[in-house]
Amino acid sequence: MELSGAEIVIRCLHEENVKFVFGYPGGAVLNIYDAIFTQDKFKHILVRHEQAAVHAADAYARATGEVGVALVTSGPGATNAITGIATAYMDSIPLVVISGQVPTPAIGLDAFQEVDMIGITRPCVKHNFLVKDIKDIATTMKKAFFIAATGRPGPVVVDIPKDITAQLADFEYPKSVELRSYTPILKGHSGQIKKAIKLMLDAKRPMIYSGGGVVLGDASEQLIKLARRLGFPVTNTLMGLGGYPSTDKQFVGMLGMHGTLEANMSMQDCDVLVAIGARFDDRVIGNPEHFFNKNRTIIHIDVDPSSISKRVKVDVPIVGHVQSVLTEMNELLDAETRAPDAAALKAWWTQIEEWRGRNCLSYNRNSEIIKPQYVIEKLWEVTKGDAYVTSDVGQHQMWAAQYYKFDKPRRWINSGGLGTMGVGLPYAMGVQFADPTAQVACVTGEGSIQMNIQELSTCKQFHLPIKVILLNNRYLGMVRQWQQFFYENRYSESYMDSLPDFVKLAESYGHVGMNIEKPGDVEGALTEAFNLKDRFVFMNFLTDQNENVFPMVPNGKGLSEIILAEEL
Amino acid sequence: MKHIISILMENEAGALSRVAGLFSARAYNIESLTVAPTEDATLSRMTIVTSGSDDVIEQIIKQLNKLIDVVKVLDLNDGRFIERELMLVKVKATGPFRDEMKRMCDIFRGRIIDVADGSYTIELTGSGSKLDAFLEALDNAAILETVRTGASGIGRGDRILKL
Repeated sequence: MELSGAEIVIRCLHEENVKFVFGYPGGAVLNIYDAIFTQDKFKHILVRHEQAAVHAADAYARATGEVGVALVTSGPGATNAITGIATAYMDSIPLVVISGQVPTPAIGLDAFQEVDMIGITRPCVKHNFLVKDIKDIATTMKKAFFIAATGRPGPVVVDIPKDITAQLADFEYPKSVELRSYTPILKGHSGQIKKAIKLMLDAKRPMIYSGGGVVLGDASEQLIKLARRLGFPVTNTLMGLGGYPSTDKQFVGMLGMHGTLEANMSMQDCDVLVAIGARFDDRVIGNPEHFFNKNRTIIHIDVDPSSISKRVKVDVPIVGHVQSVLTEMNELLDAETRAPDAAALKAWWTQIEEWRGRNCLSYNRNSEIIKPQYVIEKLWEVTKGDAYVTSDVGQHQMWAAQYYKFDKPRRWINSGGLGTMGVGLPYAMGVQFADPTAQVACVTGEGSIQMNIQELSTCKQFHLPIKVILLNNRYLGMVRQWQQFFYENRYSESYMDSLPDFVKLAESYGHVGMNIEKPGDVEGALTEAFNLKDRFVFMNFLTDQNENVFPMVPNGKGLSEIILAEEL
Repeated sequence: MKHIISILMENEAGALSRVAGLFSARAYNIESLTVAPTEDATLSRMTIVTSGSDDVIEQIIKQLNKLIDVVKVLDLNDGRFIERELMLVKVKATGPFRDEMKRMCDIFRGRIIDVADGSYTIELTGSGSKLDAFLEALDNAAILETVRTGASGIGRGDRILKL
């Protein structure tokens, strides 16, 4: 039986076991929406802005490990999706974004709602396709899902002209696809892995630095096994949080610009560094020249060869899927007769404990004004450390990363690479759809939340019981912090004036709103909010306007040039 | 250092722009770029002349390999290779110039492929540096127009870039 192109698109999504499609209809995708109307295998989530559709699909992928799917129309629908696509690209999130396109004969004629989606997305996708023949839809969709999910994951755009979705053709979904130009590497080089094991066993001051790759590659279990067996200190990047349990004694905290003293100092002073699914980002190692003032041997495990020796020259590159490589390492260690140098490790830990003893995350607990760090600590207590926490971008993001102790992977959902303000609420939506009974907290600021505030309406429509934790300091806090430190307190355009009454705003959508103004009310309010299990609660915490994120490695400085709060 | 990179890629619409886009997005140099289908109509062969430190060239190769449409990449400078480029030059050929141009063309083993009242069009093939040398040898005022294809390259002997 012949199906329309639109029906074929839907059948492909069924074949891929897609459960949710986040989208927004429009002219070029009307045929596809008509086909959605008569199916019930996946649920379509109508957002209020295409950017939110892509963010929600992205968060769904982050929380579940499955490929997220978004559907947008041509022209402005497509361009609105770009920020979402770029965000997913920077954090290597598997997505398939289907965009409508004007009919084939109209392409290139500046048609109504026409934009060159393939051209616009090229620099921010893993790959993209323009479907020019109805017979290509099924194989293209199969390829799109395959490319998105394998190797180093990433977003794939499938742009489909409207006339193609109206034509008729037979449907057959390929069981598998082979691309001669794309064969992701799974297994690491055994010789290199053996070399790495030897270096690790010989290390005097070893350090494990793990990133988003461990979370995306589902290698947390293997990492824990490796680290516990060796007794090495572990730090996680912002994207890697939860990959190693934060409450474990071998965990020295997040590293980088706002990482802990102990993580950054250990990173600088170690003699053997094991980088796993991490990419030596500028926010992580600071100034690369300063990083190289100290000699260390670097082992780097990554699925993407181009991540290796990009910013930092490494000694033992291992290209492979982190889970596979770590499993092989654990097997080699099982058979190994030698153990790490206990005396050297003891001395190294003594040094690390000395750094840890500086208590770099301490803050004023006797304040009359709500400290944002305190809210996050209480959030952790009230949710028993088991919530999904999404965040936007800025100071609140760093506080959430520093003070919410993530013990499981895929619980911390934020925009690390692109640093996209406005992701928090749509991220929370994607996560809540992925796990409807989970506690989902969206930690945000009054700047970020207003970048996708329209999604309060989507949350109303789908009865999403998200808890928004707004750390409201009436400033674009991170901008203000940099202006204070590096621009002599010239707070240019960083004050957020004319804020809405967030409680009334939430209530106008049928949600629960709360204002919390005193430290003594924080815990009670959080408890009350999370007890409202079937309600969306918008919590507006009036926090200290002058609080800054510490520790801090200033831009262009080295890791050991870290500034602590007490030093200012 | 100058490198000549050979790329075998899917002969599909947009493949060229993916490579060109990669070079501009990551601020890599392109001195020249040529592309045409191979004997296998599904494949195109591209030659890019670029320059950069060893680290940059290593990243260029890795980033090219990462493109889904790219099937194989070879840095010709990793071994022995032949480089050829075609140039068409239209030169003034009046009065004493007319003999002079013919002589220069012979010295560089070029061919005059079009003769007009006041001009010759010369076809010249060789490495990029030979073509440069020819242009330098001519009086700048005598050159009316220059067209170069950009370099093509191929490995010597058993060095073959094929599927």
